[in-house]
This record gives sequence, structure tokens and C-alpha cells, in this order.
Amino acid sequence: MRTIFRRLGFYVLAAYAAVTLNFFLVRMLPGDALQNVLSKLRSAAITPEELKALAAQYGLDSHQSLASQYFSYLGNLLHGDLGTSTSKGVPVTAVLGTDLPWTIGLVGSATVIAFVFGTLIGIVVGWRRSGFFDALLPVATFFQAVPYFILAFLLLLTLGFYGKVFPYAQGYDTGNPDLVPGWNGTFITSVVEHGALPAATVALASIAGWIIGMRNVMLTTMDEDYVLVAAAKGLPQWKVAGVAARNAILPSISNFALSISLVVAGSIATEIVFSYPGLGYEIYQAILTGDYPLMQGILLVVIFTVLGANLLADMAYVALDPRARKES
Amino acid sequence: MRILRSTKVVVGLSLLAFFVLLAVVGPFVAPHAPDWQANTTSGVPQPPSSHFWFGTTQKQEDVFSQVLAGGRDTLLISLLAGLIASALSILIGVSAGYFGGVVDEVLSVLSNIFLALPGLLILMVVMKPLPPQDTSNPFLIGGVIALTAWAWGARVLRAQTLSLRNQDYVESARVIGERSPRVIVFEILPNLLPILASSFIFTVIYGIGAYVSLTWLGVIGVPSGVVTWGTMLNVSQASGSLISGWWWWYVPPALCVAGVGIALALLNFGIDEIVNPRLTSARTGRGSGVKFRLGLTPVLQSAPTKGDAK
Amino acid sequence: MTASGHLGEPVLEIRDLCVDYGVGKKAVRAITDATLTLHRGEVLGLAGESGSGKSTLAYALTRLLRAPGVITGGQVLFHSRPQGSDTTRTVDLLAAGVEELRVVRWSELSVVFQSAMHALNPVARIDAQLTDMLKVHRRKMTAEQRKERAIELLRMVGITSDRLLSYPHELSGGMRQRVMIAMALALEPQVVLMDEPTTALDVVTQREILEELMQLRQRLGFAVIFITHDLSLLIELADSIAIMYAGRIVERGGAQELFHSPRHPYTLGLINSFPALHGEKVRMEGIPGSPPALTSLPGGCAFHPRCTFALDRCSEEIPVLQRPVADSDGTERTAACWLQTDGQTVPQQLALPASAKLPAPRGEAAGAELPEPDGSIK
Repeated sequence: MRTIFRRLGFYVLAAYAAVTLNFFLVRMLPGDALQNVLSKLRSAAITPEELKALAAQYGLDSHQSLASQYFSYLGNLLHGDLGTSTSKGVPVTAVLGTDLPWTIGLVGSATVIAFVFGTLIGIVVGWRRSGFFDALLPVATFFQAVPYFILAFLLLLTLGFYGKVFPYAQGYDTGNPDLVPGWNGTFITSVVEHGALPAATVALASIAGWIIGMRNVMLTTMDEDYVLVAAAKGLPQWKVAGVAARNAILPSISNFALSISLVVAGSIATEIVFSYPGLGYEIYQAILTGDYPLMQGILLVVIFTVLGANLLADMAYVALDPRARKES
Repeated sequence: MRILRSTKVVVGLSLLAFFVLLAVVGPFVAPHAPDWQANTTSGVPQPPSSHFWFGTTQKQEDVFSQVLAGGRDTLLISLLAGLIASALSILIGVSAGYFGGVVDEVLSVLSNIFLALPGLLILMVVMKPLPPQDTSNPFLIGGVIALTAWAWGARVLRAQTLSLRNQDYVESARVIGERSPRVIVFEILPNLLPILASSFIFTVIYGIGAYVSLTWLGVIGVPSGVVTWGTMLNVSQASGSLISGWWWWYVPPALCVAGVGIALALLNFGIDEIVNPRLTSARTGRGSGVKFRLGLTPVLQSAPTKGDAK
Repeated sequence: MTASGHLGEPVLEIRDLCVDYGVGKKAVRAITDATLTLHRGEVLGLAGESGSGKSTLAYALTRLLRAPGVITGGQVLFHSRPQGSDTTRTVDLLAAGVEELRVVRWSELSVVFQSAMHALNPVARIDAQLTDMLKVHRRKMTAEQRKERAIELLRMVGITSDRLLSYPHELSGGMRQRVMIAMALALEPQVVLMDEPTTALDVVTQREILEELMQLRQRLGFAVIFITHDLSLLIELADSIAIMYAGRIVERGGAQELFHSPRHPYTLGLINSFPALHGEKVRMEGIPGSPPALTSLPGGCAFHPRCTFALDRCSEEIPVLQRPVADSDGTERTAACWLQTDGQTVPQQLALPASAKLPAPRGEAAGAELPEPDGSIK
């Protein structure tokens, strides 16, 4: 139980650190960048009240001390107020609300697919000490070492632009007036089709890592005595492999925490390539237009999403490893 | 050297040497300056020809010359990012593992928080407003990239330091009163080298990915006249080369980025196998015609023994 | 069981077993021409310094030896006679296929590993680890019966049934080793291989567990191959002993004979390197030098560089196992030493008369107050 509280404590602390970082990030910018923000604020289609609030948020309102700025920022945050988007003139939370499902859907499905298949392939390759791996290695290095956006372009050109197998822009067929966003067959089909290439990019880029990681852990786990005991017991091969795999999956889950932020960052780049209507494409637009409230809001949401994924991985680990439950 | 016996390391190193050479001498041997323009009024890029090996851009610049010149900043910045991040990860990871207790708690939480930060996203936000005199400073860019990249190495180094600290020889060095910096430098660091090498290479790969992505996005402004692989991709994409079929404009820089990445990844694989011999394919018995399976020791009734006579 | 004459017929015969590490040019010979016979109900001790090949031999005969171990010759005949059956079926474990081996494993030949800490699956509960082989080997058992059996097994090694749902890390070292033993006996095998089963434990627990083990052996009648570097332990609990050096068996004989009248200088050295529990104080003598690496074995007898009695011949020719000159035709003793051939003056320490009539050696150890091995307390 103490372990769980300790971990939860870490997440609270991490969330707080992210919030604070977010506050200071804008204040660390050079002076002329801030002037830039201010001019954006003035020209934006927002009400004078919102302007005042934003000016306060960025420390451009000299009447407030840094501390009181910080606390009003925290207070706003607790009320779910992330400010107003200067480029869109709507609350940041509204923008996030429309973007977040797309990103979660994309990253979530791609990560689950990559993790499940990568782990399974890794188990088989490791267990059989298969030569298959050596043949796979050049391919795996390619996917691991090439930035996401290059891989995205590769898929976009081959399967999208030239191959015409999948659509390669937007989240659904925006040009079709008959398509009504919602829970209907045509819309969902369109979403899945449009998501295929971005999801494939993210999955391909990360699956090699899971395969190699799982294969390596599998090979080290197979050197453990308890795996040999399982063989000595006369258990069938697949059960012996199961004992090894069941133990080998634990480090793989811890590695999940190490790589999820890389995957999320990569999928941001992927969204940009495919003009996918998620947070990644949105933050790129926000950066180009200097929309700081939106940038900060997205940054915060993405960090929270990564922390959430970490928490899930942590819980899975505790559920799967009896030792983690007991310690301290 | 033992390390050169691995095919992966040899291929990786040769490939890497090629690109490093390219980065160093490329700009000097390039037939034209990166911003040189062919004397023509055509607004359409020319495909590869004997005159322009890799064709031209829309502004009639020589793609071949740009590719030769475009690697320098990319490699320099990612190398700096790798060095700075490694230094940070040694500082933080080794201290956390060596001193333990509260130091470890604080530094571990710090590393874990940085691990959860999506680096590219933060870099995008931070880099965009930087003025050109800052973005052309490789140390600054490399340093900022390193700030988002040290945590992974720190975590691995901490774990390894922790296990080294409990080894007898480190314990005895402490007991006889060696001072901490001495123990760390002489007893612990040498044993961290393989892991350090691995995390350094990992960070350089990350650095290349980050820098190329940022320049491709146009988030890092480059002074006029300077060309990097990432900006080539940026300009090429913005000019519509993807839909216009001007493949010679974007394929060479993309291949270069991929090539450097693959070289480093191969090197990393090789080092991994040397660090952890259990991962080598040698133990699969391939080439010897013997298949090793757990719980089924192979039997070759070939050895001449007196048992054969019976 | 004290006298070897009471032993049953052979249950496991190892003939000229050879093992290499690696294949082809890089291969290193780890075991050469090992020949041993284990009789029903016998405790056979396998002793030697680390690196002498005793564990390699044991794991090779079960085909559990890990890569890059390769068996390069010999036979391992398992004469299986399931309980209640009169017919004996012989399997050559080295020629057996996957399925044949799988059937023999654990139900007829089980293994107690050196460190139960590492031999128990850390993420599985004790009951699962005590019943998984029942599921496979005793298909007809119901879940209820399996659970009963698990409880029975735990009770047998002195653990209460409330530990059934524990994980290995929740048990003490001694308890873990007891669970390992219970596991090994779950299918009432005919042979149990014990690889230094108590080395990882403290001395008190070690003794407790060994005593329990020997009692269980009396009751269940399985044969044991007991691997250890601790010869003193074997003198107490083994019927016969084989001494290994550099991958070869250098001496073989009854436990008492071997202890009181060693025939090989290496055995003598081993005996002299631990203190007798009783009797007069003598100066301890170790064996000078250290065991050779398998990659660079000296020519001739591998022991000759460390041997105080070495002859010229010892560095040239490898001695074979044969009956020592000092022993009469009737004994089963063998030693691989040139000193023990006809015409040699055998040093006095290596020519002590084989004293078969020594007082029962198990006085302080496990066996003395126990009934005879016909299982009368069953």
C-alpha cells in the first residue's frame, strides 16, 4: 500500500512541476518575444477583459507581483480556466476538447497495437533464439533511427499519394457534405481510414523498440533457474516459454514509462505531416501564430496524458509483480 | 580490438565515418555554395543531370551542394547535445546512485519528471521565439536539446551505479577512506563506460531527430545562406515538391538523416551485445549446425570416445 | 542402506559421457568419458572443486545443460520402473526425443536446484508451482485433488498449508528450499538430482534440511545424485562417492572406504582440507595451487602439477580408471592414478587397507535412528 501512495505522490508532484514549468516557460522567453505576445494579444479578437486576464497571465501587467501572478494562475487552473486562444478567440479548453480525442485515439491505438504485437514478436524471437531477428535487424534499426516525420512522409508518399491505398490528410473526409461527425458507420469508417497511415507511422516507429527490448529481456530471463525448472518439470514447451515471458514482460512495462513521452512527441510530428486534427497539428499552428495560451494549454494536457499513461503502466506493473506489492 | 569483431559495429562505424567526413569536408568539396543559383529563369526544379547530380531546387540551387553542406550543423549540434546530456546524466545519475538517500530521492524524482516531458514539444515552444543570433549558436541549441534528453541516461546510470556501489571493491575503497570524487572517478566511472557509450549514442540519435524535426518545422530559424538537411526538407515541402513529384529535392537529405541514424543505431546494437554477451546470436549455435534449445541439450555422437567401441 | 550390497539394481547408468562447451574449433571439452551407475535407493555423491565438471555432468545427463553445452558422446540409460510395477523400461536419455524426455522428467527424475531463491518462479504462488507438473503428468487429477496433494507435500517438508498462497519472496530461505524439495518429490520420482541443495543456507538450516531430506529418502526410497564441493557432507550421507577433477572422474568407491582409504592423491587432498568432526587434532593441509582452466589443461593427468606424488609418467599419459593395486578383486573401487598400477610403490597414505568393517559412520547424522530402507514406517 505504501508503494502505491509513494507512486501517487510522485504523480502529484510531477503534475505540479509541469504546471509550474508551464508558468515559467513563457516568462523565460526573451523580452522581444514577450512584446510579440503582447502585440498578438492586442490584435487578437478577444474582449478587453480577456486581454487583461491574459496580460496578467504573462506578467505583462506590472501591477502584480510574480507570486500573486503565480497564485492566480494556479487558481485559474483549478477552475479549469486555461485562458483564451489568441488566434481563435475561444477558450483554450474548448480547443483542447475537440483536439484531445483525436490524439488520444491515434496515439492510444497505435501504442497498444505496437506494444501488443511488438511484445508477442519479441517473445517468440527471443524464445526460439531465432535467426529471424538478425534478418529483421536492419529493418528494425531503420524504423528506430529515422525521425517520425520522415517515416510519416515515406508512408504518405508510398501508400497515400502514389499508392492511393489510404487517405493521407485530415482526420476524416471533410470534403464530403454527406458525412455527419458522430457515431455513425460512414463517419467511423472515414476516421479509421484517415487514421490508418498516421497510426501505422507511430506503430512502426515504436514496434521495433518493443520487439528488441522484449527479445533482450526474454534472452536474459531464459537464463534464470526457474525457467530451467519449468523445463525440468516436463512442462510442455509453450508453458516453459510462458514462464519466461510472464517474467520478461515486467521490465518491458517499466520501459513503457521510459519511451511513452518519445512516442507522444513523435506522434505530434506525425500529426503535422498528415494534417491530423489533434493536439500536435494544433500546437504547430499555435506556434506559427504565436498563440501562447493555446501552446501552454496543449503542453499541459500532453504532459498530463503522458503522466496518465505512466500511471497506468505503474498500476499494471504492481498488478503483475507480487514483489512490487510487498516492498516497503 | 574486441569491439571491431562485431559486424554491426564495423558497418555502423564505417557509415558514420562517411557522414562525419561528409560533414567536415562536404562544404569545401561542394561544386557550388548552398545558396548559389543557376542562371535560369525557370521556376521549375531540374531533375538530376550530369550537370546537377541531384537536380536543382525551385530557386535553381544545386541540391548536391546543399546536401554536402547540410550535414555539418546537424551533426555538430547533435554531437553537442549528446555530450552535454551525457555530462548531465553522469552528474545526476551517478550522484543519485552513489549517495543514495535523500539525494537519490530528489534526483530520481527530477529524472522521472523530465522523462515524462515530451521533449520535441517543449523544444518547439522554446525554440520558436529565439532570435537568429541564438539559433545560429550550436552550443545553445545543442544545450537546449540536451536539457530534454539527459533523463534517460541518468536513470540507466543511476541503476548501474547503485549495483556497482555495493560491489566489494567499491565498498572497500569507501571503507579505507577514499574520498567520494576519487571513488566515483576511479572505481565507478570506468565500469559505467559501456552504458555511457550506449546512452550517449542514444542521445545523439535523439538529437539528430530533434534538430532535423525542428528545422523541418521551421521552428528553428537559420540565417540566410546556411542550409541544413532539415531546412532543405522544409523548403522542399513548402514548395510543393511532394505533390509535384520533385523527389530529388527531398529524398537525398531524408536519406542522409536516415543513414546517420542507422549508423548510430547499429553501433548501439553492437555495443549492447558486447556489454551483454547473452544477447549475441552466437549462442544460438548458428553456423555450427547445432540448434540450442532450453531443456534439450543437443547430442552430437561424433566425438571420438572409447564409448564408440562398445 | 549402509552396506552397498543391499542396493537394488541400477536405475541410472551413465556410460562414457562426454560434454563440450561450444561447437567446432572453439569447443572446449568439459566432461570426458564419465561412467557412473546409480542404483535404486542409493545416494551417490559427486564431489570436486568448482569447475571440476560435477554440475555439468549432472545437468548434461538430464539434457538440461544450457547453451553452449553440447553432449558429444556416451549413453545415459534410465531404467524406469514406476511404483507398483514389476517391469522395467529403459530409455536412453541422450537418444530420447522431446516428448519422451518430457514424460520422464520430474515424474521419474527430478532436480533440486542450488538456490531456491532463483529456482522458484518469483511471480507465481506456491500452490501453482506445486501443482503445474501434476496438471501435466497426472492428467486425471482434479483441481481438488491437486490442492490436497500440494498441502500434503508442504506438510511433508514441515510447512503449514497457509503458505500455499504465498509468493516465493514472502518465504524465508530455508522455507523456499523446503518448497523446492516438496516440488521435486511431488510425483514420487525414482531419482532426485540435488545440486548443492543447501549451500545457499545457513549452517543450522542446512543441517535441518539435510536430515529431513534423508528421512524422506528413507521413506520414499528414491535414489539421489548429490552434488557438492563439501566432501565432509558426503561422507555422512552418501553411499558411494565419485570424485571429479577437470572434467574426469578420478576416483570412485563406497563413501566410507573412500574417506578412510583414499586411493587418488586428489581425494586425499580434499579429505585433508577439512577438519574432522571428531578425533585427534591434525594439521590442515590444503591442495597447493588451483584447479586448471578447461581451456588449458596440462598434458597427462590434469592433476599432476598439484600432485606431491607425481611421476614422470603423470605428465605424459592420462591415467584411466582402474582397480587400485591395494584393493582386492571383489571391490568396486576404481581410481585414475598411475600410482595405483602394478609395480608402483604406492605412498603409504594412499595404500591404507580398505576398512569395510568400520563402525556405522552415520552415528551423528541423519540415518542412525531411522528404520531400514524397506520403508517399514510407511
